[in-house]
Amino acid sequence: MLDQTEGYTTEDGRKIGGVVMEMKNITLRFGGVVAIQDISFDVREGEIRAIIGPNGAGKSSMLNVISGFYNPQEGEVWYKGEKRPQMKPYQVAQQGIARTFQNIALFEGMSVLDNVMTGRIRQMKSGLFSQSFWKGKAEREEVENRAFVERIIDFLEIQHIRKTPVGRLPYGLKKRVELARALAAEPSILLLDEPMAGMNVEEKEDMSRFVLDVNDEFGTTIVLIEHDMGVVMDLSDRVVVMDYGKKIGDGTPDEVRSNQAVIDAYLGVAHD
Amino acid sequence: MFYREAGDFKTSYVADSQTFPIKFDRFRYYAVLLVAFAVVPFVINDYWVNAVFLPFLIYSIAAIGLNILVGYCGQVSLGTGGFMAVGAYACYKLMTGFPEVSIFVHVIISGGITAGVCVLFGLPSLRIKGFYLAVATLAAQFFLVWLFNRVGWFYNYSASGQINAPERTVLGVPITGAETAPWAAYLFCLVFTVVCALVARNLTRGMQGRQWMAIRDMDIAAEIIGVNPLKAKLSAFAVSGFFVGIAGALFFAVYLGAVEVGEVFGINKSFLVLFMVIIGGLGSIFGSFAGAAFLVLLPVLLKNVLVGGLGWPTDLAAHFEFIIVGGLIVIFLVAEPHGLAQLWRVAKEKLRLWPFPH
Repeated sequence: MLDQTEGYTTEDGRKIGGVVMEMKNITLRFGGVVAIQDISFDVREGEIRAIIGPNGAGKSSMLNVISGFYNPQEGEVWYKGEKRPQMKPYQVAQQGIARTFQNIALFEGMSVLDNVMTGRIRQMKSGLFSQSFWKGKAEREEVENRAFVERIIDFLEIQHIRKTPVGRLPYGLKKRVELARALAAEPSILLLDEPMAGMNVEEKEDMSRFVLDVNDEFGTTIVLIEHDMGVVMDLSDRVVVMDYGKKIGDGTPDEVRSNQAVIDAYLGVAHD
Repeated sequence: MFYREAGDFKTSYVADSQTFPIKFDRFRYYAVLLVAFAVVPFVINDYWVNAVFLPFLIYSIAAIGLNILVGYCGQVSLGTGGFMAVGAYACYKLMTGFPEVSIFVHVIISGGITAGVCVLFGLPSLRIKGFYLAVATLAAQFFLVWLFNRVGWFYNYSASGQINAPERTVLGVPITGAETAPWAAYLFCLVFTVVCALVARNLTRGMQGRQWMAIRDMDIAAEIIGVNPLKAKLSAFAVSGFFVGIAGALFFAVYLGAVEVGEVFGINKSFLVLFMVIIGGLGSIFGSFAGAAFLVLLPVLLKNVLVGGLGWPTDLAAHFEFIIVGGLIVIFLVAEPHGLAQLWRVAKEKLRLWPFPH
């Protein structure tokens, strides 16, 4: 078992810090259906943590628990060394946890720029009065945050569409805009729900590069759900494997790959 | 040809996010303001003020208010008439209760009071959406009209049940009452309209507007990225109520002078302002003006053409007016469901490239 406070060094030489988020014995039920059963794992600062598993394993539910969408019946979420009380999703976001969705959830009627700027809500605090006259704090904040947002736009290579309404964009670009919006919040943890779903090989390569770059450049901790095994094994530092709401494996990609329970879950097992 | 943005480069984020980023647009806007403030007051007469300018300016404020709620924040409201009545009666109580305070202040405070009432009736929006919310605000409409009809305190127990605006002045010039000069009433409303439009524009291009639009486009995603839905929705109700309240106060005090609540601020008023917003374009400040202009000016124009130009009898013209306006609304909405503002945007796109569209 890894030490609580000290980190480790990955194969490619990145330093991973201490535990930033820890899920302790989470159980989530919907009526009689147990979506997540007694799962514990931790997320360390600066690492790329993947959650994998077959369909219906409870991966998205897990992400929804982290982002405050569901409240688990049992178990605790520890964030930055403190036990998190029951929170609304927007409060979780204010704490610095951003996410993207499996089915894109952008604001279709707004331009790309406005979408990404909305991600800065955590940093913009000017009042209604100041905003009414576009003076003082409101104007200053608008300019400062625009500068930051432009960096993100640059980084994700979406400059040419910044004034385009999101509704007009193709799927691959929408995924990228959604990532930009999440990044604009300068999150300490970024949750990605199937960032490569429905993409072709080229787009997947692009997206993988962005995920790695984000982690590298901003030092963002990333928790991602993905179905493409190749992508997961290449990107992530540690992997949690879920099946039928239970955790069946946890470790580096190599460890997970050779884990018998994981192989059974994915390839099926002969019952006799 | 009409429209050039070549060479119009932005070098700062402030310049890029201004209301009229294209120079041509900006100068046209200044020109309109100049004409409105410096030319129109000297040439208008009583007929133009009462038939055209006052209703247009006041309905524009109401439409901007409703557009913030419906077009920007996506919360349907059918209570506009009732909320305008709150503004009117608040203004009346203030005018009669504190005659020494400027009418200017009264109108603004009326807006504030209406904002509070609007927030109260906006509370159901935290639980219900769409048509169901519309029905809930409909309750506000009927309740408020009933309240102002029944409770004598609101109309100072006058025998007729009406409220009448006493004479009030700004800088010695009468603004309300029988002695008001057309230009004074016009300028007073114009100041409010321009300031309201500027404030609305600033709010909607800033963070507050983004929060509202986020709630409108996808409330779950908005909450996930940190928008507090309670605050966003209620602030939309408050700002909307503020504008609608100002419109109501001006409608009563400056435009009509005397009001019987059921007649003036009934459900018809709610629908009229909602039509303005829909025809003008949801989520557009310009659209609010366009919608108000369409529904205020078109009947006046038709009347002048049919009665004055073609010599039809007045009653026949009045009925044809309904048919034509109604028909035009349907045609417009079929041709361009996103309203006059979208039509204007498309025209601008075309003009940018004209006469060489390729």
